[in-house]
Amino acid sequence: MTKKENLLKGLVKENPLFVSVLGMCPSLAVTTSLENALGMGIGVFFVLVLSNFTVSLIMSSPKLAELVKPVRIPVYIVIIATLVSVVEMLMHAFLIDLYNALGVFIPLIVVNCIILGRAEAFASENKPVDSVLDGIGMALGFTAAISLISIFREFIGKGTITVWGDAVLNLKFIFNFLNIEPISMFVQPVGAFLSFGLILATLTAIGNKRKEKMAKGVKANG
Amino acid sequence: MDKIIALAFAGFIAENVILSQFLGICPFLGVSKKRSSALGMGFAVLFVMLISSMVTYVLYRYVLETLNIEYMRTIVFILVIASLVQMVETFIKKVSPALYKALGIYLPLITTNCAVLGVAILNISKDHNFLGTVVYTTAIGLGFIFVMFIFSMLREKINNAPVPKAFQGIPIALVVAAILAILFSRFGGII
Repeated sequence: MTKKENLLKGLVKENPLFVSVLGMCPSLAVTTSLENALGMGIGVFFVLVLSNFTVSLIMSSPKLAELVKPVRIPVYIVIIATLVSVVEMLMHAFLIDLYNALGVFIPLIVVNCIILGRAEAFASENKPVDSVLDGIGMALGFTAAISLISIFREFIGKGTITVWGDAVLNLKFIFNFLNIEPISMFVQPVGAFLSFGLILATLTAIGNKRKEKMAKGVKANG
Repeated sequence: MDKIIALAFAGFIAENVILSQFLGICPFLGVSKKRSSALGMGFAVLFVMLISSMVTYVLYRYVLETLNIEYMRTIVFILVIASLVQMVETFIKKVSPALYKALGIYLPLITTNCAVLGVAILNISKDHNFLGTVVYTTAIGLGFIFVMFIFSMLREKINNAPVPKAFQGIPIALVVAAILAILFSRFGGII
């Protein structure tokens, strides 16, 4: 695989959330506003890129790899937990509002399956540069996916889109124009499950259509 | 006493782990296809959750706090949970092979179940005392089993239903979970 493919595959083709369906808990919990989703994305980006880098650095030295192999999962978990603690402290120091909004889900990045999954499936078998690119792609794919869900939820639930801090996009006029109220259910837990289900179904439908088209194209060419 | 009852009720229904706190979604979707496996996973989680909450509570209050190293919380907790899961697995294997056979495959999965780490952290951040920790964790664990059980029965029915192609699998499961979440969020009004 080329470097570009390594970077780009996480965005659409192997999107961790919509294709592999990993890391569901944070994507349901923190998608009440775009700001929270972006904050979560930043945390996951930092942890995923650095954990991929560290793991592949350890595993690419044959001597260390042999030593680590039998206990690799605990080793990965300790690496990830250390990075998560760093993120937690940095957020507590510099982004206190975000820290309070994300709450328990910051330490829970440790058990986010995407990070351990990439460490085991990709970083342990690839070079550091490729692993970093893979981490960047996967983290961006994850961030894009939770941003999509949060935009959907916040727009329907509140009629606004909170980009960051005070930068709030007010789209209430659309609701006024249609003479309806925002459906507040969508920013509650119920809406998380419903939005995720609907978005996933829509994407599946689009994917199916594409596959059909491609199958037809192949037939026409053959 | 009132407080304890309220705590138990909150853990079981109003603050249900799966449907209102979004913890443990992976096993909720992954192992809820059959009733027996859902129950097996549920009890394994309750067991590990209860022990790990008690151990992490004691460790946090008496070791981390006295040494002023609260920032080690995440690392210490995940290590405690990972080694506890390993210990419980070995213990059950020795004591009751039948139980091990029933729970065996679910045990290693629990390490990365965010409900276990999540509840351990919640107990600390909500400032529960030891009794509160035990009651809240038990209620959360029972709530987990309860929802897993209901959901697995629903999924057994969905399997035979004519679901549109795009909704098959996880999307329809999430929509069903949403309907279940509506019910549970309304129960919260009782207290």
